[in-house]
Amino acid sequence: MGLKQSLHKMKMKYEGTKMAPAFNAIHTFLYLPNETTHNGTHIKMADDLKRTMNMVILSLVPCLIFGIFNAGYQHNIQIGLVDAAAGFFSPEFWNLDNFSIGAWKVLPLVLVSYGVGLLIEFIFAVIKGHEVEEGYLVTGMLVPLIVPVDIPLWMLAVAVIFGVVIGKEVFGGTGMNILNPALTIRAFLFFAYPTWMSGDKVWVTGAVDTVGQPDAISGETILGSLAQNNGFQQWDLMDQFLGFIPGSVGETSKLLIVVGALILILSKIGSWRIILSTLVGALTMGLIFNGVVSQGWVTESSKFFGLMDVPFWQHLFIGSILFGAVYMATDPVSASQTNKGKWIYGFLIGFISIMIRVFNPAYPEGVFLAILLMNVFAPTIDHYVVEGNIKKRAKRLKVKTA
Amino acid sequence: MSKDIKIKKGLAIRLKGEADKTLSNAPRSRTFAIRPSDLHLITPKLAVREGARLQAGDTLFFSKDNEAIKFSSPVSGTLTEIERGAKRVITKITIEGDQQDVFRDFGVKTPSSMDAAAIKSHLLAAGCWPFIMQRPYAVIANPELMPKAIFVSGLNTGPLATDLDFVLQGKEKELQAALSALAKLTEGSVHVTIGKNSNSPLAGMNDVTIHKTNNLHPAGNVGTQINKLDPVNKGEVVWTIGAQDLVVIGELFLTGKYNAERVIALAGSSVKTAKYYRTRLGSEVATFVYDSGLTDENVRIISGGVLSGTAISPKQHLGFYDTAVTVIPEGDDYDLFGWAKPVANKISTSRALTFSWMTPKKKFDLNTNTNGEHRAFVVTGGYEEVFPLDIFPLQILKACLVKDLDAMEALGMYEVAPEDFALTEFVCVSKQPHQQIIRQGLDLMYKEIG
Repeated sequence: MGLKQSLHKMKMKYEGTKMAPAFNAIHTFLYLPNETTHNGTHIKMADDLKRTMNMVILSLVPCLIFGIFNAGYQHNIQIGLVDAAAGFFSPEFWNLDNFSIGAWKVLPLVLVSYGVGLLIEFIFAVIKGHEVEEGYLVTGMLVPLIVPVDIPLWMLAVAVIFGVVIGKEVFGGTGMNILNPALTIRAFLFFAYPTWMSGDKVWVTGAVDTVGQPDAISGETILGSLAQNNGFQQWDLMDQFLGFIPGSVGETSKLLIVVGALILILSKIGSWRIILSTLVGALTMGLIFNGVVSQGWVTESSKFFGLMDVPFWQHLFIGSILFGAVYMATDPVSASQTNKGKWIYGFLIGFISIMIRVFNPAYPEGVFLAILLMNVFAPTIDHYVVEGNIKKRAKRLKVKTA
Repeated sequence: MSKDIKIKKGLAIRLKGEADKTLSNAPRSRTFAIRPSDLHLITPKLAVREGARLQAGDTLFFSKDNEAIKFSSPVSGTLTEIERGAKRVITKITIEGDQQDVFRDFGVKTPSSMDAAAIKSHLLAAGCWPFIMQRPYAVIANPELMPKAIFVSGLNTGPLATDLDFVLQGKEKELQAALSALAKLTEGSVHVTIGKNSNSPLAGMNDVTIHKTNNLHPAGNVGTQINKLDPVNKGEVVWTIGAQDLVVIGELFLTGKYNAERVIALAGSSVKTAKYYRTRLGSEVATFVYDSGLTDENVRIISGGVLSGTAISPKQHLGFYDTAVTVIPEGDDYDLFGWAKPVANKISTSRALTFSWMTPKKKFDLNTNTNGEHRAFVVTGGYEEVFPLDIFPLQILKACLVKDLDAMEALGMYEVAPEDFALTEFVCVSKQPHQQIIRQGLDLMYKEIG
């Protein structure tokens, strides 16, 4: 008897029992179910939510792999084990030394994120008697990519529990949440453990352990350095674009994020409207700041000068604005749901991201705060877009009766 | 004042097993049946008893809420069985047909010399009224209301659609009689929409406004045409009527007979020789399905099209409004990693490792598998691509789900019928039953607002 038949028998046996959702989650992972249509359309499109989520995960894989190597590379370059990488395929970057350190650091993050998050999803599915929904498959992949590499695993576990329970399950699970769950987790870490998340130690592995020693490793990011008016340090534009810089695990390589964005847009999974308008919003705000500087309203003595003086287009190369625009802002559940609304929603995310980045010297990254803020306002934006349609209909009636 | 329609949003679903344009007479069915479930919100009240002898056109039953709306026997024969469900609601009325039909004579009449009231009572008496549907609510028209316009769709754009140009061939006289009669029942005009390059017999009709449209589905849906030509506002009523039903009405005027003849397209990838059959309203589908033969054992027989039809067994009967019978394979099998692997043999509007976008002309052999489990609404933006009406589909569905009557009204519920949401249901990643949601929403509004 083949696997297919034995699983089918087990499904029949478990049907209606408490553990059925847990079994079905594993079963439907292996096999597309034998469910048929009953009423309405007798045929259905090929895509289901698993396939959609799977595309997002696929688009994230390059970022994860790069993140693993980069974690090791950033450590090794500071202790002098490797030299600065010359190009994207440089052997100074893609080597076993970098990989072993990175993998040892990053893979546990992935395991904890998926393990804890899916466990909670299964528990809630069993308690509430609904199927395990696929939303966490993407969230679980995003979380390790947006945290500092040296974050303690227990801290991540606590944050994941908070994010999944408060960010999603209390609203009714996937599709019902107001805030992006991955960013809820990020925000929880930021506000619960600010010294960890905002310091200049945690972005390169080993930096925390070597504090005060003569060969101390610097764990600072470019944004942190700019916020203190210290310029770009040793990293040039190419490093920033290819991603050989310190930062959260998966967000450094702008090249691979662009690749991921192309996958999402060409497969019609991610909303190109949101991605494009977010970038336009960020560039607009950057331009305004550049204008302010060139007018001489803000001088070099100002603590905002360092970030304000960054050329507007270079804002896209530093920090996580690009990652946020491509993978976070496009989450369909927490974003605007109307096409017109998506333009407004994206633009404001980009605009506010750069504003927070510049005006928040304590922790110069505003992308996740901007996205969470706009998540809250997305229903309001939609309300006004839909209201336009309602008004049009009401007007049509009035013309008729007049 | 003809206005052409051109829609850009929509989806052409190309399926294997299109009906060949040859017409055969289906073998005479032994039994004929009417299922009140086809007649939405009608509670039947019987006019005759079990065992009664009937002529074609004799009243079988009428609507409990409005006794003027009568339903006639499609054949002459004996009323053999009245099937009842819970609370003794009638679920099926079966007639054993005679070898030859004997028609009740309603008298030959000329619509042009009749007034609206006379036409109405004539249609009601002969049992032709139920063919006229109304919006709002997508139910059988209320004869006491005056519609602001009447809409007839002269083309089908759906998958495996019945070709109306072919079906209506040679029926010009009947069509004209019916349209002239209907034109007297509205204060506005009768809008007839035909395909851009078609040679539809409807093209030369008088007393109507002819519109042309492109052939992208759902341009052939009468709901799309209403929305583009003269949308329904609150307090207004429009009527719609199927093109083949016009022929029945036309014959009533020309010959005095209620001749519920139907030309149906037998189509679908599981049919051996897909073609057209001349049969009768309510006949057993087995008569022509087995005449043509099936290629497969495990099939779904649908009275109607694949998007909005009803699943039936071969022993059951053709639905009241259906002009097609479609047979496709059942999809009750598992597919190893079916959610992850690339697929080229199923239709998709995305490109998430689905490759139907590379072969836009290819005809697909789809089965009834849902291709995934039911989920909450997650993905946005997909419905709008296939939904040409000036309505927000996701928002109106959610308003229906939470029973928010004010929002439903404001978002355009008066304009829609369940079939308008067939394409959004087809492309729904969360596999939500859109048509059922809209139907329940309409029923709720009908009950609460009336």
